[in-house]
Amino acid sequence: MQATSLAFETEAKAALANPALQEALGKIKTGWQANRTKAAAALPEFEALRDRGREIKNHTLQHLDLYLEMFEAKVTERGGHVHYARDAAEARAIVLDLCRTAEARAVTKSKSMVAEEIGINEYLEANGIERIETDLGEYIIQLRKERPSHLVGPAAHLTKDQISDTFHEHHHSPRLEDPAALVGEARRVLRQKYFAADVGITGANFLVAETGSFVTVTNEGNAELTQGLPRTHVVITSLEKLVPTMDDAFTLLRLLARSATGQEFSSYTTVMTGPRREGDLDGPESLHIVLVDNGRTKMLGTAFQEMLRCIRCGACMNHCPVYLAAGGHAYGWVYVGPMGSVLTPQFAGIEETYTLPNASTFCGKCEEVCPVRIPLPKLMRHWREVQFERNLTPPTARYGLALWAFFATRPALYRFGTRLAMGLLGLLGKKAGRFRHLPLAGGWTVSRDLPAPSGTTFMAAYKKTRAKVS
Amino acid sequence: MSGSRAAVLGRVKAALGRQPEEEARARARVAAWAATDRGGFVPARGQLTAEDRIGLFIEYARAVQTEVERVSGPAAIPGVVARYLRRHNLPQKLVMAPEPALDEANWSSQPLLRITRGTADDSDQTGLTLATAGVAETGTVLIASGRERPTLLGYLPETCIVVLPTDRVVGAYEQAIALHLEETGDLPRSLNFVTGPSRTGDIAQKLELGAHGPRRLFVVLVDPEGGSSDPSAGG
Repeated sequence: MQATSLAFETEAKAALANPALQEALGKIKTGWQANRTKAAAALPEFEALRDRGREIKNHTLQHLDLYLEMFEAKVTERGGHVHYARDAAEARAIVLDLCRTAEARAVTKSKSMVAEEIGINEYLEANGIERIETDLGEYIIQLRKERPSHLVGPAAHLTKDQISDTFHEHHHSPRLEDPAALVGEARRVLRQKYFAADVGITGANFLVAETGSFVTVTNEGNAELTQGLPRTHVVITSLEKLVPTMDDAFTLLRLLARSATGQEFSSYTTVMTGPRREGDLDGPESLHIVLVDNGRTKMLGTAFQEMLRCIRCGACMNHCPVYLAAGGHAYGWVYVGPMGSVLTPQFAGIEETYTLPNASTFCGKCEEVCPVRIPLPKLMRHWREVQFERNLTPPTARYGLALWAFFATRPALYRFGTRLAMGLLGLLGKKAGRFRHLPLAGGWTVSRDLPAPSGTTFMAAYKKTRAKVS
Repeated sequence: MSGSRAAVLGRVKAALGRQPEEEARARARVAAWAATDRGGFVPARGQLTAEDRIGLFIEYARAVQTEVERVSGPAAIPGVVARYLRRHNLPQKLVMAPEPALDEANWSSQPLLRITRGTADDSDQTGLTLATAGVAETGTVLIASGRERPTLLGYLPETCIVVLPTDRVVGAYEQAIALHLEETGDLPRSLNFVTGPSRTGDIAQKLELGAHGPRRLFVVLVDPEGGSSDPSAGG
């Protein structure tokens, strides 16, 4: 899938001028962001669990080959199948092949970011297989032919009115205003689809090496209906979802919901081990787990290995001032917000995405709330370095930096220059006390005034005071 | 695609770059990890006396819109179920897990209640099943799948009723799984941890119940016959 991240600035500007989007984004602050603060405070062990979460993921990644082999052996022992996919194209081919073997005409799908990443949605449809998203948010954006704008709430960019319009248009029913009625309508429409599906596709939040189990987490209960009704269950997931033991999975689960939505626990956490057992009355007859690499092994052993700890909770975006202003679509690919700014250059190439690691004020809030303590600003800085090395930085920024470096490495000249500039600005701005317009600083003054400097520099004032004291 | 398997595992090994002489030590670290005692990572709040655990379970369950009623002895279950269905204006009809333990309740005491046994289909409005455990930590019930406990009972009907004996309320998720393993010796196909009815915030972050799964979750806490029963904890 082509990333459109280079248009970040244009898209962000459009987002700021879009009142519906700003209304929708405002709800994240009062909702998920505030709830996360409360949930973290309500569990005394929360900070210790974050340390442990980091430790679990670090240990797993350091022994990933051993845990992959352990997981695969256990899944096979239980009668399931593990498929490895080197890249997105291979993953798509495996999933299509599994659907064809199951003679599938329709598949239901519960939310999976890896599925978005490999572009399975368009691929299945292009190959004549009907795909129905069952997560409500994902269903809404499927109808609207949009990308998810948030890890946890794919339709977080939409207001209730927009969803009313979408349902009215696609369900050929009277326009509903009440959220409860909208949920009820989606439930009714999707219910029939569950029964008609030949294959159910889900993601996985965690894979448990010691038992060959995998864990899904939803609030709607759609993952259980997606995997529980069709004959074939396909899990699209990725290497770094592994944890060593069941206890480790539950340690991370205690972090996941609290960090994501501020819930104590999501409504449905399901641990599945193998396909339907002898004598069971329900459950899929065949189980396939597709383990996608798609560039993850390139991150192993590098500074970006830390990013593989990510458990996809969305806390970094819920707390990011840039995300909360620009929304998810401005990021131009599957993963958005601070975690997306680190991951997208890895998947889509820095040449196509170098705007993203720059879409940050480095305020540090993302790292502060990350349940597995990923140093997101540090990793974005790494990408900026790569961008500079590859000559991708815009010429104005490059020359600007070179000019600044010229002066900064010549202190006498630097002080002379700043004294001159401050003196001049101080004089010019003396009357108004501020500048409404300033040449070369239009980016600043377009939305706010620049306070006029006092007319002297810190170094000059310091020198003067010191002279007085001595 | 065995070529892909070898390729991906090869990439992982190459990236980790362990020398052959480190291999045994790496395997030892993996073995040691599994053997570590993890008691320290279980939140203290669920680690209480039996009665306090039940109290905490009820508190957290109600906080996520689970309805809870506590009764004494299995004989009281049918009456509570029938009353619950009446209160919510639901038909006196349910599909029940073919779990023999549920037969201990005297269902014939409610002659109007029509019961079928098995898994649910789209036409069933109310499902009833037996929980393996209750988790006090977050007011969660664990329903383990099996021949006698089909999973769809807890997901397809709009109303889900779960019978939970009070002596099965534990503090933490790990203890709930341990209880299941103690009794059966193996993981089931599906361990369903359920914390409240189905919900979504996908429409402008407004909480709505009954997105795909049940709109209502009713937990009947059952004290052993002649055991303690606290009427003030009722529904």
